[in-house]
Amino acid sequence: MSKRTGVFVCHCGKNIAATVDVKKVARELAKDDGVVFCEDYVYMCSDPGQGAVIDAIKENDLDGMVISCCSPTLHEKTFRDASELGGLSGFRCEIANIREQCSWVHKDPDEATDKAIKISRAAVRRVQRNEPLDPIGVPVTRRALVVGGGIAGIQTALDLADAGLDVILVEKQSTIGGNMLKLSETFPTLDCSQCILSPKMVAVSKNPRIRLLTESEVESVSGFVGNFRVRIKKKAQYVDPELCKLCDDCSQVCPVAVPNEYDEGLTNRRAIFIPFAQAIPASFTLDEAACLGLKPVVCGKCEEVCEAGAIDFDKRPTVFEEEVGAIVVATGYDLYGMDKLGEYGAGRYADVLDGLQFERLCSASGATEGHILRPSDHKVPKEIVFIQCSGSRDPENHCAWCSKICCMYTAKHATLYKHHVPDGQAYVFYIDIRSGGKGYEEFVQRSMEKDGVIYLRGRVSRVYEQGGKLRVLGVDTLSGRNVEIAADMVVLAQAMEPSKGTAEIAKTLKIGLGKDGFLAEAHPKLKPVESVTAGIYLAGAAQGPKDIPETVAQASAAASKVIALLSKEELHHSPTVAKVRDPYCTGCAMCVDACPYEAIGLVGGKAAVNEVLCQGCGSCVGVCVRAAIDVKNVSQLQIHEMISAVLAA
Amino acid sequence: MPNSSQSPAPEAQAHEPRVVAFLCKWCSSAGSDLAGVSRIQYSANATPITIPCTGSMSPLYVLSAFNKGADGVLVSGCHPGDCHYMEGNYLARRKLYLVKQLLQFVGLEAERFRMSWVSAAEGAKFAEVIDEFVGDLRPLGPQTRLKAKH
Repeated sequence: MSKRTGVFVCHCGKNIAATVDVKKVARELAKDDGVVFCEDYVYMCSDPGQGAVIDAIKENDLDGMVISCCSPTLHEKTFRDASELGGLSGFRCEIANIREQCSWVHKDPDEATDKAIKISRAAVRRVQRNEPLDPIGVPVTRRALVVGGGIAGIQTALDLADAGLDVILVEKQSTIGGNMLKLSETFPTLDCSQCILSPKMVAVSKNPRIRLLTESEVESVSGFVGNFRVRIKKKAQYVDPELCKLCDDCSQVCPVAVPNEYDEGLTNRRAIFIPFAQAIPASFTLDEAACLGLKPVVCGKCEEVCEAGAIDFDKRPTVFEEEVGAIVVATGYDLYGMDKLGEYGAGRYADVLDGLQFERLCSASGATEGHILRPSDHKVPKEIVFIQCSGSRDPENHCAWCSKICCMYTAKHATLYKHHVPDGQAYVFYIDIRSGGKGYEEFVQRSMEKDGVIYLRGRVSRVYEQGGKLRVLGVDTLSGRNVEIAADMVVLAQAMEPSKGTAEIAKTLKIGLGKDGFLAEAHPKLKPVESVTAGIYLAGAAQGPKDIPETVAQASAAASKVIALLSKEELHHSPTVAKVRDPYCTGCAMCVDACPYEAIGLVGGKAAVNEVLCQGCGSCVGVCVRAAIDVKNVSQLQIHEMISAVLAA
Repeated sequence: MPNSSQSPAPEAQAHEPRVVAFLCKWCSSAGSDLAGVSRIQYSANATPITIPCTGSMSPLYVLSAFNKGADGVLVSGCHPGDCHYMEGNYLARRKLYLVKQLLQFVGLEAERFRMSWVSAAEGAKFAEVIDEFVGDLRPLGPQTRLKAKH
């Protein structure tokens, strides 16, 4: 037990000292048993502050230390490191949080000072019984899992493989490429999306370090940073990609026609089909929901014509487990549902399109082979209206957030439209133009000046059909006039929302979601690619709306985090794990059942803890009726001491 | 500490409840940090003790706090389904429900023991939980039922 404790009370400038009488805290704590040194200082975390800690440890031969300052999430590490430099085990240093939990939330100086004393005193009583522990080394699995095969997942997987790591890339759909594969051109350079993406997709398929699992989903995850165990379910592979020759004979005979989701429903596809010519894996795939052949009495035509013998209706889904050291989640976005935008005629009129449908119209690989035609009558639209912020920036009715990319892609759409239909007129309704980015503002200006796109600042109230035209009622707030446009086509720049299944994958991986449903980063500024769970990282639009360059940057950032993590020989695991007090253990095995990590077993009739598996949650402590098990440095005795300190008169 | 009386009303006015708040490190403690960062003001009557998980709560902690003179005990953990350690909060919920029954059985007001779910993102809720609890404790006056008599 520590008999020579030092206490340091930080002013944090005025952050603490304005409310808490720090001198009084130091004076009061100096009276406590075993406290031999007590000091206050303006900024404990500064270099001189840390220097004072190191000196005090040496000069006063301290064997325990409490820093009363900000939350331990901020500076516990700082002071534990300083402690080590002074020759004192970092685990003999505890933080008393008198800022977030005290000075910032109370106004009355007496009350705040009183509470700060209690918090500090509890920390002193605790640290006096802390053991000097050494971190536990845990081996690392040098393999990573990437969830989601859009541009974010592709970039992450390539970077990881490039660093010599084995990667498992899991994608729900039958090809990688995600939303980017559906785009025609990309802003602000107007380079062809598929042309810049497909080399990366091919690189994924050719990289021996990347194991690509399409039509697969993560079912469950257990373990912890460095050593996750992942259960993956892969749908039945009715078409063997190794054997498929891409001859197209199968889809020619398939009698089924369903809307093609890869073409945003603008065309139909067969039950056996290839999503894109550039699909990776390069193979036809069978949609089991649409196929009649799974009941072979009904159909089975494709199997008959397949000369390669690539089709097998008897295939079953497979479920298997893999071990990985780190996970990157890159599950991307979906467009805000058209069904929720009825005021713009979405879902009612064939010529009211969403942003991705318009991309498919512009794309050479799309339904119209790159000609912009109305879905209703295949005529060239001569007047076209783009409505920005469809569903964005509307907390009362839709999404509260700005979807960030719509200003830019609308400018791109309007420009592309003018390139396709030089004699047509494009109108854009907007609230603000947000074009922060290299070359972005110039691009928007060019669409106005060179391509004559008319920008109207205001919202659209209603879209309805009359005389074969879509009448768009809106307002131009700059001139203060109502505007009515008889358009041939309306394109909505919808909000981005987290892709379907984001909440489920977050739950499976035990990572957080923000209020908006996007994946939550560990810190909004300083840990933008880390999730709240160690070893799990975020990339791309699943974390928040972002464009391609930002997505690629975040993907590479996530990859570099994983590379740093997995470059270690072993990871250090916190040594604050459970410890059995042998004489009191009766071997009742209540703790064995309570442990969520299967870290406790019975050895010789008594509980024994596997320190590598133990996460220090203390579930065992809560169930042990004889108080025979403790978590190191938060023992039951320590908690009782803290309770006493908190309630001392 | 004032002693209990048959009619606590006038004395209860003067009595400031003393609360021990056991906070899960992963959610409610982080939530209290967020309340701090957001400068949300709340009652100073509750002193926090951070624990690894509400699942680690021994029933003895609750009894010990009342024995040492707490007027109220709060246990705040992660929302059901969100436990950092998978199921610790379920363990806590089952166990602490029994503790509450026990406390009532020995004659303590049920309002003196409370469990709440506050996530790391719920700074404002943390402040509300504390204020509400302290507000509910005030009319009860000092807790003497389980307090050590010496």
